[in-house]
Amino acid sequence: MMEMYLYLALFAPLAGSLFAALFGASPKTLWTGLITSGLLFTSFVSSVILFSYLLSGGEVIHVEMMTWMATGNLYIPFGFVVDEVSATMMIVVTTVSTVVHVYAIGYMDHDKGFNRFFSYLSAFVFSMMVLVMSDNFAGLFIGWEGVGLCSWLLIGFWYHKETATWAANEAFIMNRIADLGMLIGIFLIYWNTGSLQYDKVFAEVPYLDIDTVTMIGIFLFVGAMGKSAQFPLHTWLADAMEGPTPVSALIHAATMVTAGVYLVIRANPIYDLIPDVGYMIASLGAFVAIFAATMALVNRDMKRIIAYSTLSQLGYMFVAAGLGAYWVALFHLMAHAFFKALLFLGAGNVMHAMDDELDPVKMGGLRHAMKWTMVMMTLASVALAGIYPLAGFFSKDKILEVAFSGDHYILWGTLWVTAGLTAFYSFRLIMLAFFGEKRHEALGFHPHEAYKYVLWAMSPLAVLAVIAGWFEHEFVHFITHLLPNFEFHTHHVEMILIIVTSMIALGGIITAIMLYKNGPLSKKWEERPCYKVLINQYFIPQFYEEFFTKPYRELSRVLWKEVDMKIVDASVDGIANTIYGTGEKTRHMQDGNLSSMLRWMVIGLLILLTLAAAFSFGTSDTVQQALSDLGAI
Amino acid sequence: MMEITLNHYLILSTLLFAIGLIGVMRRKNLLMLFFATEILLNSVNIAFAAISHYYGDLTGQMFAFFVIAIAASEVAVGLGLLIIWFKRTNNIDLDAMTSMRG
Repeated sequence: MMEMYLYLALFAPLAGSLFAALFGASPKTLWTGLITSGLLFTSFVSSVILFSYLLSGGEVIHVEMMTWMATGNLYIPFGFVVDEVSATMMIVVTTVSTVVHVYAIGYMDHDKGFNRFFSYLSAFVFSMMVLVMSDNFAGLFIGWEGVGLCSWLLIGFWYHKETATWAANEAFIMNRIADLGMLIGIFLIYWNTGSLQYDKVFAEVPYLDIDTVTMIGIFLFVGAMGKSAQFPLHTWLADAMEGPTPVSALIHAATMVTAGVYLVIRANPIYDLIPDVGYMIASLGAFVAIFAATMALVNRDMKRIIAYSTLSQLGYMFVAAGLGAYWVALFHLMAHAFFKALLFLGAGNVMHAMDDELDPVKMGGLRHAMKWTMVMMTLASVALAGIYPLAGFFSKDKILEVAFSGDHYILWGTLWVTAGLTAFYSFRLIMLAFFGEKRHEALGFHPHEAYKYVLWAMSPLAVLAVIAGWFEHEFVHFITHLLPNFEFHTHHVEMILIIVTSMIALGGIITAIMLYKNGPLSKKWEERPCYKVLINQYFIPQFYEEFFTKPYRELSRVLWKEVDMKIVDASVDGIANTIYGTGEKTRHMQDGNLSSMLRWMVIGLLILLTLAAAFSFGTSDTVQQALSDLGAI
Repeated sequence: MMEITLNHYLILSTLLFAIGLIGVMRRKNLLMLFFATEILLNSVNIAFAAISHYYGDLTGQMFAFFVIAIAASEVAVGLGLLIIWFKRTNNIDLDAMTSMRG
């Protein structure tokens, strides 16, 4: 019975995608949006049923749909598992994607590619479900590549825009680089354990050489770095904001980018054995957290600010996962998915209202026109800043506690500062967009609130952004069936930590409100070198352009012009030209005159006879002997 | 008196073959072409028979019989075609047969 729900949850999005694809080339038809959303809702309901089944103490559901590969010792089935971790992920994915589907009906209202959009979006959800539900690394990799492909399709959805296609390709290529690492990790796993099934691999891993496990851990994490846009593969995420906003909300905030965190959580038996690698992951996460937060401080593109914030929050998750607090990472992943998707959808409303203008400096005073969007975005920002009693408070605070508990005071300090920065840039955005003077009026914008049903569609996320943290204890109890519990050694300072963290978050909010109360800061700020560094993203994109892209382009050009054109093409063309020329010259032999044909036949006969004679002469013993004598001398 | 050896037969065969070959190449009359072909086949028959006799093996002579039989049928078919051709075009000159020209 539960298997049916599993298949329903998994394949309903696929059915929706295929259905929408049938009408992909036709103009907008409302019911493709409705049907895909309906199927997504079915998937959501099935996920909830599965989740509550597990919650009420049901067995882990493990099905093997069919064999995928069986050759020799290699056996990989299409197997799916619904355990505590994948059920949580399923809830997150289907909740956010159902909301985003409904939202997109309104958002993509006037778009020519309406049907195509829904086909891609549902295909993404299907891939994501495969990713989280697979019971082996091969299936996970298929889902992993599937979400990568759908991300490429959706970032480049407005393919007539040069920047969009560029961003899509950038995201795809960066992910390919990282996926190579992941593939090597998977190969290493198979090579050393002889299986790719999670349960078999994790049972085998403790008996492996520690160096091998370290290699596996590092290579798998390289894959996670690409998908979760960790430094130095982070540049694609901000550029991916070229895609439609529902895509940013679903893929580049709530689900796909968290796949890297999911991988580390899923592979926790591996990472438990190699705390050094875990510490490296945590350090990188803390670095990315503050690094991305600083870039968000000055950016003047609404969606990019939120994208950097996502990057920063992913850093937080990796700190928790790296330090062995897997359930904390998953908890923050879940809470973050809700409030960050809400933030993005709110930004989408603002974009629509402002005719795709993204610079918050040009907005101001939008609260009059867009009251509910303002309320929901503020709510999401408060949750993101980590203010009691919203979702972000519980999850983010736990991560700081994890860092403190392991005596990693540097990590803790970094995250603590980042918490302040997070609060600051979130409210900088809110203040600039919704409060202060109506700067947009001078620029001729006439903002309007989004459709009613769009706001209603967003409301579940708003509710979840508020309440998701309240079920912490139930969640811990539930998830530690599968994930190891984390021993906190901070009971004596717990209250102090909470107060200290809340103080800096509140401080960040108040600073932002005070600074941006009267609109944007003066232009003088933009002259300062630190502003220049931050607005140019630490010059990293330029660095990549200069040191990777340009040399690579030059190398490709040389290979094309010199090697391909002059060697490969030339030899192929040469063969073709020779044959063509020979045919051209010899076709006069076929003049249709029987007599001359007979003469050619005789000539052919003579040539064959000569060859036969020469050959028999050449292979006769005496000649062979004479030849070898010659060679011997 | 000089004894006739295998070589003499082979030389005769070669000469006949050469004559036949030149006939095939030079003749423009279809009928003459058939004659030349017959000469070619018969030169081979002579070689077969002589070598067969030399080795005391009847296979060669048997082969010569087969060649004769095939030559006969070939001529029968060929002459039939030739007559049809002549009826149609009133001409059996090779140079005029260019319907196969590419």
